Amino acid sequence: MSVIAQREAASGGLWSRMSLGQKQVIWAWGFLAVPLIFYVVIRFWPTFQAFYLSVTDWTITKPASFVGLENYKRLSADPLFWQVFRNTFMYLILGTPISLLISFVVAYYLDRVRFMHSFIRALYFLPFLTTAAAMAWVWRWFYQPVPIGVINDILSSLGIPQQPFLRSTSQALPAVLAPAIWAGLGFQIIIFLAGLRAIPVTYYEAARIDGLSEWAILRKITLPLLKPTLVFLVVFSSIGFLRIFDQVYNINTNDPGGPLNSTKPLVLMIYQTAFSSYEMGYAAAQTVVLFLILLVISLIQLRIMRDR
Amino acid sequence: MNVAASSQGLPMSRVKPGRIIAWTLLFIGGVIMVTPLLFMLSTSLKDASQVYDLRVIPAAPTLDNYSEILGDGRFTRWFINSMIVAVIVTLSNVFFDSLVGYTLAKFRFRGRYIIFIAILSTLMIPTEMLVLPWYLMASQFGWLDSYWGIMFPGMMTAFGTFLMKQFFEGVPDDFLEAARIDGLNEFTIWWKIAMPLVTPALSALAIFTFLGNWTAFFWPLIVTTSADLYTLPVGLSSFAVEQSIQWEKIMTGASIATLPTLIIFLFLQRYIVRGVMLAGLKG
Repeated sequence: MSVIAQREAASGGLWSRMSLGQKQVIWAWGFLAVPLIFYVVIRFWPTFQAFYLSVTDWTITKPASFVGLENYKRLSADPLFWQVFRNTFMYLILGTPISLLISFVVAYYLDRVRFMHSFIRALYFLPFLTTAAAMAWVWRWFYQPVPIGVINDILSSLGIPQQPFLRSTSQALPAVLAPAIWAGLGFQIIIFLAGLRAIPVTYYEAARIDGLSEWAILRKITLPLLKPTLVFLVVFSSIGFLRIFDQVYNINTNDPGGPLNSTKPLVLMIYQTAFSSYEMGYAAAQTVVLFLILLVISLIQLRIMRDR
Repeated sequence: MNVAASSQGLPMSRVKPGRIIAWTLLFIGGVIMVTPLLFMLSTSLKDASQVYDLRVIPAAPTLDNYSEILGDGRFTRWFINSMIVAVIVTLSNVFFDSLVGYTLAKFRFRGRYIIFIAILSTLMIPTEMLVLPWYLMASQFGWLDSYWGIMFPGMMTAFGTFLMKQFFEGVPDDFLEAARIDGLNEFTIWWKIAMPLVTPALSALAIFTFLGNWTAFFWPLIVTTSADLYTLPVGLSSFAVEQSIQWEKIMTGASIATLPTLIIFLFLQRYIVRGVMLAGLKG
């Protein structure tokens, strides 16, 4: 705001001679001055710097020097990276369809329910407001063996053998994913509800007069008209699952990403490379790979959804 | 936007058995959704001897865990840290995002479109990619381990700017013209005339920014090293590691981190749900 005051003081007589249009232009740039500095310094400059750091051997102790594509070569030869790459996509491939399917089914039926509608909606929405880092500890406790863990207690009381969950290389990833899906459902349901509500009731009335079955109405009217909502949620939730970190880090703090790296996503690898091994240049190359993955996935999805 | 009036189904007078089954299943699903929260809360009210007793209603509820954890001072400190960070970042976003959104929506000047595209393009860049340069910047300027260090990356967001621009475009120009003829300056027109017309969008932006910063973990974990400056999620994580298997203590900490947003929700449910819808549809 001081910018505006200064400028007004400095311009004095000049200001009163300007046309309304000219004054508007000056006001506009006055309003944008601080934000533009912010975007240049905190967003654009760091973006270029990230690309630059990815071709250097910068570590905490040693200043950055240019090494070309060395970090990328090292990454492509690193078996840990490919394991992490697979894990990251497993979060996406399991997480996005499962969460969207559940949230669509819930929203579809919830939209027709009037009795206690907002109470039931609140039950589904509450987990969205939780802190992932805190909830990871709750789920970690659930997954413990008997007699601590709730899930294994229930299983054993039903006569089903105990499951290792976080201790098993095959069960750990779905077990880490579950709280992430759980916490995101509420948001997706609310967005689906908003999308369903935006479909004009007359469409349904016309379809019923024509004698279409509920299933046909769902396939021919509801889903096609929900496409913008669906595109938004697919892209939004995919990006979320590809960037998973809080849950993974907190659910196994003794060996984050374990057992045997079976739950380690790319963001956790970036964190460990940068802040445990202090290989900042190498970590920067990994962040560029993350950026490219997110970019490609978003573009592919937008493309597919548009064509259909 | 009235929720009860929204359902597109048939009138309630013709309740079919299918409806009752659907309602029951939805209700059971909803109860399952909140079960982890119920277990967290109920365990926080149990002492160490009752932890293995899995009844949801504790046999002998006690607030001892809370008084012990809050009594040692660290959680209070982390709570205050989180509150300071989340409130300041939220105020900053409400102010700057709407100022920029308004300028891009309502002023005609050369470069407007380029600036809009430039700001929007930052949405493509994941935070994780900027974290290393931010860390470098923070260490060079001595921002590590400070409130400003935690806050500076989020003071403005492209998402908020875009959202506000969408809403300001719906404000009729006549209103602003009338104010101009009355001799109000542009800043007053924005603050006193335009802002009150977009309060639903402002509350949506505020809710999202607050929630995002209250639950943020990745950047605060990186930028803070002394326990005094931890935010609640980072503090909870370090606390839980140190408690190892004292689950009732960990659940108490988790409850302290989670309850504020849940309580806010109970009071503001309508606004929050509407805000999420607005942000989702326009964003």
